[in-house]
Amino acid sequence: MTVQLMYLVASVCFVLALKGLSSPKYARYGNFIGAFGMLVAVVTAYLHGVVHNGLWILIAIALGVVVGIPAARSVKMTAIPQMVALFNGVGGAAAALVALAEFFAVPGTTVMFRLATVLTVLIGSVSFSGSVVTFLKLQELMTTRPVLLPAGQQLAIAAGVSSVALCALTMVVPNGFLLWLLAVVGLALGVLFVLPVGGADVPIAISLLNAFTGLAVAASGYVLANTLLIVAGTLVGASGTILTRLMAQAMGRSLANILFGAFKATTAVAQGEEQRTVKSGTVEDVAILLGYANNVVVVPGYGLAVAQAQHAVRELVSQLERRGVSVAYGIHPVAGRMPGHMNVLLAEADVPYEQLKELDDVNPGITSVDVAVVVGANDVVNPGARDEPASPIYGMPIFDVDRAKSVVFMKRSMRPGFAGVDNELLYNPKTTLLFGDAKDSLTKLLAAVKQL
Amino acid sequence: MIDLLTIFVLAVFVGFEVVSKVSTILHTPLMSGANAIHGVILVGAILITGSAESTLELVLGLVAVFLATVNVVGGFVVTDRMLEMFKR
Repeated sequence: MTVQLMYLVASVCFVLALKGLSSPKYARYGNFIGAFGMLVAVVTAYLHGVVHNGLWILIAIALGVVVGIPAARSVKMTAIPQMVALFNGVGGAAAALVALAEFFAVPGTTVMFRLATVLTVLIGSVSFSGSVVTFLKLQELMTTRPVLLPAGQQLAIAAGVSSVALCALTMVVPNGFLLWLLAVVGLALGVLFVLPVGGADVPIAISLLNAFTGLAVAASGYVLANTLLIVAGTLVGASGTILTRLMAQAMGRSLANILFGAFKATTAVAQGEEQRTVKSGTVEDVAILLGYANNVVVVPGYGLAVAQAQHAVRELVSQLERRGVSVAYGIHPVAGRMPGHMNVLLAEADVPYEQLKELDDVNPGITSVDVAVVVGANDVVNPGARDEPASPIYGMPIFDVDRAKSVVFMKRSMRPGFAGVDNELLYNPKTTLLFGDAKDSLTKLLAAVKQL
Repeated sequence: MIDLLTIFVLAVFVGFEVVSKVSTILHTPLMSGANAIHGVILVGAILITGSAESTLELVLGLVAVFLATVNVVGGFVVTDRMLEMFKR
């Protein structure tokens, strides 16, 4: 009775946590409430459910803390998405292991029980291996491009079919070997599922895998007949699904297109003429352009964060404002490596929240913008997404900076963006390119503007 | 069994409802927070290990406890670090 009450307290905490995390004002409290609920749940489980092996459990928890906290503390803000992916993956693996262990303890008799067991093992394994692949992609330990295996589609279908068959078989013949085999097939399925997802779509895959892990946890709740696991797992599964859809909407793509249509069109984009001219300018040219403008929009991208140039851009903006230039930051919903990632990165550099403008705030007035400064961004200002139906990123909403009076494009090189698509904006006569490291360029620019 | 199914269905609706209106700024922290919450599998891992009879169960359970703990503490800490940036 007390145990159930404590689990209820924890469940309520989790609902409040998600609610809090959805509003900027209460987000941090939400996270604390979630952590508190978790503490209640874990202490309750330990005090009431542990018959033996108590010391071992404490050691395993201590090890988890020793590994988890430093990892979470030391990770750079730019690397947050892959860290979340890893934490998600280990959660999925834990769910699969719990179902396996329970199966060897009590093989279970009812159909529901067996169904829950196979689903936990399958979804947990998919989530684990899928998350590992997304981690490798975002950490750039492997290519960020979509990987299309020679018979990838057939392999994925084969893995899908055999996992369903194994699920059915294991339910009829509850056999440990079959369950292990199912876990292995699940691992393969996770890899095959994420490999073709490329570039900017990887975070959406992470969000979906997050929802998967939630479902695996919910299914494990059936296995253990534990209401807390069912409630918490389902909450994450449901909210994760909605969140995934919201993210996909922010990119103007359907989920199916992201997961299965993955950038097939890349080869279809016609190559333009071989030699195309771009206009590159000096720091002084750009300083004059900016210093005498009335209205400037800065569009930052992941490149800014990689160059650790958030502070440099803030200083330049402050200097321009002192000269009476009105400046806003145009934050694309998927700037950075994850929706909202850029907001986190700029907040870290003390950029005031009010200066961060979204697409709908910037685009209607873009024609009266004197200079649009693109720093380390690429795909989010690529007019191909708007005008070129053959473009792989066609349909993604963009900042229409090509309609501003002039554009300054800070770039390290002519290398295409994360999605690997060429950008027409670079060849626009209105565009001035400023080559070099973003931080370096911004610092020089700041000095040059001060000289004006 | 039907009780558990009822709980599941109701929780689906609560989950949908709770995050239906969230601004893009909070997508990343929300995902990360939800990620920490599914670390509640730690409860399952503790229960299973606490009643484990065979070595196989014990090993599987302990690995699950370890992984789930990483999920929980890492998830909450990383979410807090993100949200810390928004305080003013």
